[in-house]
Amino acid sequence: MVKPYQELRQIIENKDRGLREKVMSLEEAVGIIHDGDHVAAGGCHYSRTPMAVIWEIIRQRKKDLVYSRSITSTEGDLLLVGGATKHIVTSWFSPGVTWGVSRVMRHYMQTGLAKFEEWSHMSLGLRYRAGAMGIPFMPTRVMMGSDLYPRLSDIKEMTCPYTGEKLSLVPALNPDVAILHTQRCDAYGNVQSEGIPFMDADIAMAANKVIITTERVVSNDQVRRAPDRTTIPFFCVDAVVEVPYGCLPHECYGQYEPDYGHMDTYVKIMMGKGPDGVKAYLDQYVYGPATWNDYLQMMDFKNVLEATINGRGIYND
Amino acid sequence: MEGGFTMTKTDYNTAELVTVMSARALDDGKIVFGGAGMPLVSCILAQKTHAPTLTILFEGGVIGPHVEAGKLPPSTNEQRCARRANMLLSITDVLLLQQRGYVDYGFLGGAQIDQYGNLNSSFIGDPDKPKVRLPGTGGANDIASLASKILVAMHHEKKRFVEKVDFITTPGYLQGADSREKAGLLVGGVYQVITHLGIFGFDKKTRRMQVESLHPGATLEAVKERTGFELIIPEDLPFTEPPTAEELQILRELDPEKRYTTPKEE
Repeated sequence: MVKPYQELRQIIENKDRGLREKVMSLEEAVGIIHDGDHVAAGGCHYSRTPMAVIWEIIRQRKKDLVYSRSITSTEGDLLLVGGATKHIVTSWFSPGVTWGVSRVMRHYMQTGLAKFEEWSHMSLGLRYRAGAMGIPFMPTRVMMGSDLYPRLSDIKEMTCPYTGEKLSLVPALNPDVAILHTQRCDAYGNVQSEGIPFMDADIAMAANKVIITTERVVSNDQVRRAPDRTTIPFFCVDAVVEVPYGCLPHECYGQYEPDYGHMDTYVKIMMGKGPDGVKAYLDQYVYGPATWNDYLQMMDFKNVLEATINGRGIYND
Repeated sequence: MEGGFTMTKTDYNTAELVTVMSARALDDGKIVFGGAGMPLVSCILAQKTHAPTLTILFEGGVIGPHVEAGKLPPSTNEQRCARRANMLLSITDVLLLQQRGYVDYGFLGGAQIDQYGNLNSSFIGDPDKPKVRLPGTGGANDIASLASKILVAMHHEKKRFVEKVDFITTPGYLQGADSREKAGLLVGGVYQVITHLGIFGFDKKTRRMQVESLHPGATLEAVKERTGFELIIPEDLPFTEPPTAEELQILRELDPEKRYTTPKEE
């Protein structure tokens, strides 16, 4: 699971670090993901989910991906039913507390069709951080004593050489591809995310390749006027894609809250009909529209307007 | 008779009762991880009554937000959690505050709890062939491993209060006595379990669950009936003070639609 350091480092050394433009289409960007890759998504739960990339992954019929995320919401259902993954690494998996336990997740996990590799929230975060730091593991004081521990083949204990205390060692996670959504980014890949940072910066540094989708592509000059706002440097990034409302029906901080109407509709279909319902949902919303903007046109404008007003409202006094 | 009460009708429901009792467990000047839903309502109620300088953290990466009455965020990771916060930081970093020792209280629930305060939110039945796959730990394992005091708020039902949980997602005192420390968990542990019938603690030596007090109207028989293991029962068993009119009024302003303070059906 943990790659030898020289091998891991070679991938980064081979990357083009030039200050060059990386703006491309959603199709081209998702083209850098290969079947079998470990894909780590930024954001958390139904916030700042890179939904446009998830959508395109399913359209391109990627398969055998390992998908990791701090907390997984409805996008996990879509990836399972879309056949993109049979292995999800996460700390919590369901649409949201108020929507109940995902019937799709239960179906896939209870029948053994897919694997839910459960890590605690912080230990998954420390795995990305160790990956970002270029070290093979991180010592921590969580997970010990629980039954989560023996179910994971990649976790070990050690006695601290300084204090003699027992510590848990979580292995570095270096995803093949990170998929992250942001509010603004320049053409070179300087990301300026706003609001809760989630685990995005660690995931970007840990990953071998990084795809950024952004609400807006801004000029490099604009980035340079506020360099303290840059959260991910350009040389980590391999692809920049402008996708307005790129998280819908999930939220993007300061831009729009979730489209609760669409979430309710989706959950009703998913909980009512399980995987068959989600198959029909994919036909309608993922395979059906020709482009991401056509997908957006299928959303209820009133819902999106309300979500936008509430989303922007975070900046109001 | 609602959930084991024998007294005449009260002017509060059992979820409101648990919320008020949980709020009272939080001291002023401390730091608490406020989970979504009822725990958050308890934290804000505490702030508005006896604990004005209590600071709330959200697992999503938020320190000290100002949550508006009637606009409680339904998760701990969305922008509504961040409103007028003191600081936004990464998930990993907000959870790491606990490892350094900055977090006094964690507020947890689960599908099952056992006599040593272990919680299950992963599997019902055999983990290799589960009857139900539950959503998982989230940050609960981290919080239960590292916060100084864990509060557990649950509806008191026999199927939830079991002798042995099907799976330890979240460590309490593990197999009792010093097994928690021996596993490497040097700090914390479950401080109180608050149900709609009473408040429960843990024996210092055996780490088995014990009754600390009963809520007004609740009976020991009802508690025993709804607990799947033997509780330690002290000779002198006090009653908790019922929710005050002020507590109930604030609570109802915070959650006017009772989204988080409606009792679970049995």
